[in-house]
Amino acid sequence: MDITRKLEILADAAKYDASCASSGAARKDSRGSAGVGSTGGMGICHSYTPDGRCVSLMKVLMTNACLYDCHYCINRRSSNVTRARFTPDEVVKLTLDFYKRNYIEGLFLSSGIIRSADHTMELVIEVARKLREVHQFRGYIHLKTIPEASQELIALAGRYADRISINVELPSQQSLNTLAPEKNLARTEEAMGHIRGKIEERHAEKRKPDAPKPPPFATGQSTQMLVGADASTDAVILGCADKLYTSHRLRRVYYSAFSPIPEPSSILPLKAPPLIREHRLYQADWLLRFYEFKVEEIASTAAPNLDLALDPKLSWALRNRATFPVDVNKAPRELLLRIPGLGVRNVERILAARRYTRLRLADLVRLRLQMKKLLPFITTADHHPARLGLDSDSLRARFLPPPEQLEINFDAPPIPATSDFFSVRSGEL
Amino acid sequence: MRTILIEPEYEAWRAAARQLLAQGVAPEEVLWTDDRQEASLFVGESPPDSAAVQGASAIKVPAAFMDLARSVAAHTDARRWGLLYRVLWRLTRGAERHLLAMATDRDVRQLQDWGKAVGRDIHKMHAFVRFRLVGTDVATGREQFVAWFEPEHRIVRLAAPFFEKRFAGMDWSILTPYECAHWDGTRLHFTAGVSRSSAPDEDALDDLWRTYYRNIFNPARVKISAMQSEMPKKYWKNLPEASLIAGLIAESTGRVQGMLETEERAAKPAPNNAYLKSLHAMNQSEAAAQNHESDLA
Repeated sequence: MDITRKLEILADAAKYDASCASSGAARKDSRGSAGVGSTGGMGICHSYTPDGRCVSLMKVLMTNACLYDCHYCINRRSSNVTRARFTPDEVVKLTLDFYKRNYIEGLFLSSGIIRSADHTMELVIEVARKLREVHQFRGYIHLKTIPEASQELIALAGRYADRISINVELPSQQSLNTLAPEKNLARTEEAMGHIRGKIEERHAEKRKPDAPKPPPFATGQSTQMLVGADASTDAVILGCADKLYTSHRLRRVYYSAFSPIPEPSSILPLKAPPLIREHRLYQADWLLRFYEFKVEEIASTAAPNLDLALDPKLSWALRNRATFPVDVNKAPRELLLRIPGLGVRNVERILAARRYTRLRLADLVRLRLQMKKLLPFITTADHHPARLGLDSDSLRARFLPPPEQLEINFDAPPIPATSDFFSVRSGEL
Repeated sequence: MRTILIEPEYEAWRAAARQLLAQGVAPEEVLWTDDRQEASLFVGESPPDSAAVQGASAIKVPAAFMDLARSVAAHTDARRWGLLYRVLWRLTRGAERHLLAMATDRDVRQLQDWGKAVGRDIHKMHAFVRFRLVGTDVATGREQFVAWFEPEHRIVRLAAPFFEKRFAGMDWSILTPYECAHWDGTRLHFTAGVSRSSAPDEDALDDLWRTYYRNIFNPARVKISAMQSEMPKKYWKNLPEASLIAGLIAESTGRVQGMLETEERAAKPAPNNAYLKSLHAMNQSEAAAQNHESDLA
């Protein structure tokens, strides 16, 4: 099989991993070496595909042959997909060739599991080792790790990689038992705990005065959860994400709405979830990480699923109308962050400006805020919303998107409309 | 009213602005231009000789403003020199030292917008430059690459250090219509702009790159507007992969339909593999332990 055919199969096999991030790596570059590569600061998206996703890393599998039978995955052993396998040297050459042409920021390498977890990890690590040690490659490397691999191998992967990750895939063991019988949540979390320990250990070493610089280690770990393949509610998914952020200090949790694959399994649900659900989960995730929200405030046991029609911050505000209106000239930061339509950056701008002036509506217009969304929830020097408006039930109706006419085609199952699609990166509020 | 003619560069504006500020010339009294023809319509005046001005060095300006000014200077809007001087005046003579904290101020907001546009242009240059291999230096054995790029603003000098750090191990040139940057392993230097025809059109690897692009695309998630907001069409003509976009969009509906019509596969039994058996055993004993725990509770 030639390299073009292998790349077709092993890129296609890797595209269901949403993460392509190349940010948050330690600062390093190629000056003074015979190689290429630099990392640090924000990542760069070198291209975009028509699915709205960023192409930052060359995302491929070492092989798409796999012992596991995860029913949402095109590479599971029961699938009839064509199998292929790269040699480590082929991946090394592709990475360097692509990198030198400025197509990519680096490599995202994962693999189907063959023979054993350790054997597979060794193949993946060999690519990273060659890139770093033989070719002095200083670009970004993201390695997927397997929880059951030995701790020594995971530590070695971390030495060569800027980021390592293990996918949780589903938020409960019960769901895994049905859809991914080889996977185990407890072992995944245990491995994440070890990785967290390594990352923090190196961080502490680096801070010691006069100590020699410790060997490099990945600066972060991330994971991915599949949405809509099992019956888990948003509250369960967000609860799992929150636990991973707090107990294992993950950099990112990616949410991937299960979408049709070319080799469907009989165990999977027939209907893919609306992509808007994935988008709402990203918005909720942002609220957890940057807006000081708690999971129970966004998705509670009483209402465990996010409102698909409204963003979760607006939805919270409508459920907590007594909190509003908020005075933008006086309210503390944490309260400003709760105002629908006001993002973190604009909160900082308001805090800076109000030290010197009493803000009026015209000032907010100059910040290009979404005034229609904002007005019912704030007071300024020259604006006090009518209490009646804020308490009125019509407030929710005001924010709902206009009704859409449904087209029903009885011959073909519905394909989500273009408006249902949201890019992974659009989770920002 | 006086007209000040400068080269379209940050350093030129800075030198002139220092002199004017030291002389106490108010912003309303200055017409700035970097266009010689336009300047000749008025009585063009070069900035005053720096030695002749006393006290220019005593002016204190927030460092954040100088950073912002450096970016804004690379913008192509002709009004930028005058607005930079007005904000400089307000920060110093106008006693509004806190001015940059006021994102609600019209002038500040305009400068920030221009600065942001320049920052975005730099970022897109870092992203969308495509190097083409043109040969190998016989003496050094270093690979030589050439790229063509059309930035919107005058950013080549601001964007070049990134390429020096990233591609230290290869020789490269980035050609643009107004200025070119070159790296030979020891020195970064700049030459005048050239035309598109000076740069190679393709690279032997472009086909393999298009193979990757085609296969990493997921036809079940088409979101064209998200792609275009980050990769506007004006960049497409210099991106080898962009020629695939129309075709990928056109065939996506049919491909998804094909997936939905595919007959579902039944699960295959587990192969005889020692590792897989140990995994299943581990899962069973863990499940049993958990059941036992919940029995106790």
